[in-house]
Amino acid sequence: MLETQEKTLSTESTTRMNGAKAIMECLVHEGVELIYGYPGGAIMPVYDALYDYQDQVQHVLTRHEQGATHAAQGYARVTNKTGVVFATSGPGATNLVTGLADALIDSTPMVCITGQVFAKLLGTDAFQETDVISITMAVTKWNYQITKASEIPDVMAKAFYIANSGRPGPVIIDITKNAQLELLDFAYKKTTAIRSYNPIQKADENELTKAAELLNNAKKPYILFGQGVTLSGAETELKQLVEKSGIPAAWTILGLSAMETDHPLNVGMLGMHGNYAPNVLTNECDVLFAVGMRFDDRVTGKVDGYAPQAKVIHLDIDPSEINKIIEADVALVGDAKETLQRLLPLIEQNVHPEWLQQFKDLDQMEWDKVIEKEIQPKEGLITMGEVIHLINEETEGDHIIVTDVGQHQMVACRYAKFAKHRSNVTSGGLGTMGFALPAGLGAQMGAPDRCVIAVIGDGGFQMTIQELATIAQTKTPLKILILNNQFLGMVRQWQELFFDKRYSSVELENPDFQMISEGMGVPAILTKERASLKADIQKWLNHEGPCLLEVRVGKENNVFPMVPAGATVAEIRLD
Amino acid sequence: MKEKFTICIFTENQVGLLHRLTTIFTRRHINIESLTTSEAELDGVHRFTISVECEEEQVEKLSKQLSKQVGTLEADYYREEETVWQEIALFKVSTNAFFNGTQLEEIIRSHRTRILEIEPNYVVLEQTGYKEDTQTLFEKLKPFGILEFVRSGRVSISKTNVPFKKEKETILKKEKH
Ligand SMILES: Cc1ncc(C[n+]2csc(CCOP(=O)(O)OP(=O)(O)O)c2C)c(N)n1
Repeated sequence: MLETQEKTLSTESTTRMNGAKAIMECLVHEGVELIYGYPGGAIMPVYDALYDYQDQVQHVLTRHEQGATHAAQGYARVTNKTGVVFATSGPGATNLVTGLADALIDSTPMVCITGQVFAKLLGTDAFQETDVISITMAVTKWNYQITKASEIPDVMAKAFYIANSGRPGPVIIDITKNAQLELLDFAYKKTTAIRSYNPIQKADENELTKAAELLNNAKKPYILFGQGVTLSGAETELKQLVEKSGIPAAWTILGLSAMETDHPLNVGMLGMHGNYAPNVLTNECDVLFAVGMRFDDRVTGKVDGYAPQAKVIHLDIDPSEINKIIEADVALVGDAKETLQRLLPLIEQNVHPEWLQQFKDLDQMEWDKVIEKEIQPKEGLITMGEVIHLINEETEGDHIIVTDVGQHQMVACRYAKFAKHRSNVTSGGLGTMGFALPAGLGAQMGAPDRCVIAVIGDGGFQMTIQELATIAQTKTPLKILILNNQFLGMVRQWQELFFDKRYSSVELENPDFQMISEGMGVPAILTKERASLKADIQKWLNHEGPCLLEVRVGKENNVFPMVPAGATVAEIRLD
Repeated sequence: MKEKFTICIFTENQVGLLHRLTTIFTRRHINIESLTTSEAELDGVHRFTISVECEEEQVEKLSKQLSKQVGTLEADYYREEETVWQEIALFKVSTNAFFNGTQLEEIIRSHRTRILEIEPNYVVLEQTGYKEDTQTLFEKLKPFGILEFVRSGRVSISKTNVPFKKEKETILKKEKH
């Protein structure tokens, strides 16, 4: 099967061309339709080659290379395709580092191509030379420096294979200028295996049986799911498992939208600012089944006090995740979709009404103490939660929510409803402020028919604000929401709660966002009053092209519930 | 409890791979006590022997993360008692030192030290053994003046396992990528 595949994918004869054109040919062979990038001296031959491919491959000129990486990530997250980035050597390449780190920790497939000085100048401190390979070693799944044109087809094929197989991640290919200019005999063959890379293992049959036994006999079984479900396209299998077994399931922040919000067995979000019941009951379940998630410390709280009573089944594609944080009683190393398909027939039909009732009781407490006043406040300044709530009403959950980092992120992830899969794009593992505006651009370009909303704080917005110009230039109809509390809200919340309210460098005297946005070509609306909020949201969402809505929200509101640092998940606070 | 472990890694022979592997130690703040690398019995395959002192839990996680790097064929770790290992040390001492009595000669005989090279100005000695062995010799030679000293990292062979067996078979079958 693989062999025939390889044959049909390979071009039979070779064609003589230069390295730069070969790179474009590789991208075309890999089905790349969109590149984000920024040109410069060391990558000029590639940009020149690109000129002849404009009808096959769209290139989007972002306003900063970091923006290019986040845009590529946003695109990759909603399409499951590999995001592609071009940048020049030196400063162009160093500007990619944050995006690479973000993509690595959130397992996003991305291939970045950077120009490099001539091979003969490597190591001589040549103009715009930087040791990209060393710099990016710790933030890439793989990286490689091409110094000869003849290496291009093989290395590019490997890059795409590695980026988007197994646990996906970012790859950077650094290409010296001479390799872009030299001639080669081009033939392309997709990589389908690498001997020193084992992307997918098959979960052990015995472990599978043990998992089924534990789940079938459990009194209080509990499923936690993360992005692994989305990455492997296992949404259907997850739902089948949940429905057949009657087991309540909670999502991590990257697991959002892998199941619809309103599913009766979806019990909500885990983590520091997640929902009350899913956190508290983690420490009451008897069998905990983790699917495609990695027990991030924002999810576990104090590890010693994390589900000590439970038998743990851990399903992950990456063997190094097993026992990394939480000891697994049963380890399923494999692809989520394939493994759940094998597990399903072993699972008995069941229901757990009393156990579910426990979730409902705690949900009620959270509603009374937190949610009601957050999403339906009767007085005071506008809250972030009510804005998200009104958006839900407008879109009925048929939207893609892209979030930046901070209070607005937690609020958006808590309250946004998801009716469709692959509808959540956030910087989870790295928590990169400045992510959402460019990632929103990428997400909207990847899902042109969907309503894509970037939810951003007034702080993070100013980190990549220049991408407004890219959005305007590409006429990408992204809907941008600035939840302006005039503070670095999340840091302020911590200073209030844990540093005696000593507000240290968290207050923002902001520019006029409306003017900036309009100056950069994106129409903007400013909302200060609850009375006009709903109408403004409608106007904003119904606008044809890109549009920005700034909402002034309460300055010193806090996000609750909250698992304080050092506390167990069961010690989550409602106020 | 901290223990000594020997990590054995088989990799592709690629530029930068050593760096990629060492960043994994750096990230976990684990000090590399010694490191030896050279070509293994298969063409294009390198073998790393790395000794570390840490908790077993750490070395287990470390090995898994080393295994998962693209370019790593296999990574295993062993306790002290699970391997046979050696280190090699070279000593350069002044030739004159041999002319003051038989003491130096006796040390060399009793340690079964090899003489690699004799020049008018210096003699190069070789001692293979555990670190304690080469260290003892070092202490004994010190009074005679050591001009230069070097000790290698460990090379080790496992007693319990035939590492890399499966991979070796498949690699020999498969075409190189
Ligand atoms: C690049 C970067 N720098 C610093 C931080 C630390 N940080 C986390 S949240 C936050 C405040 C974010 O403020 P804002 O964007 O206004 O959002 P809010 O919390 O007010 O909703 C900061 C500074 C970060 N996550 N990323």
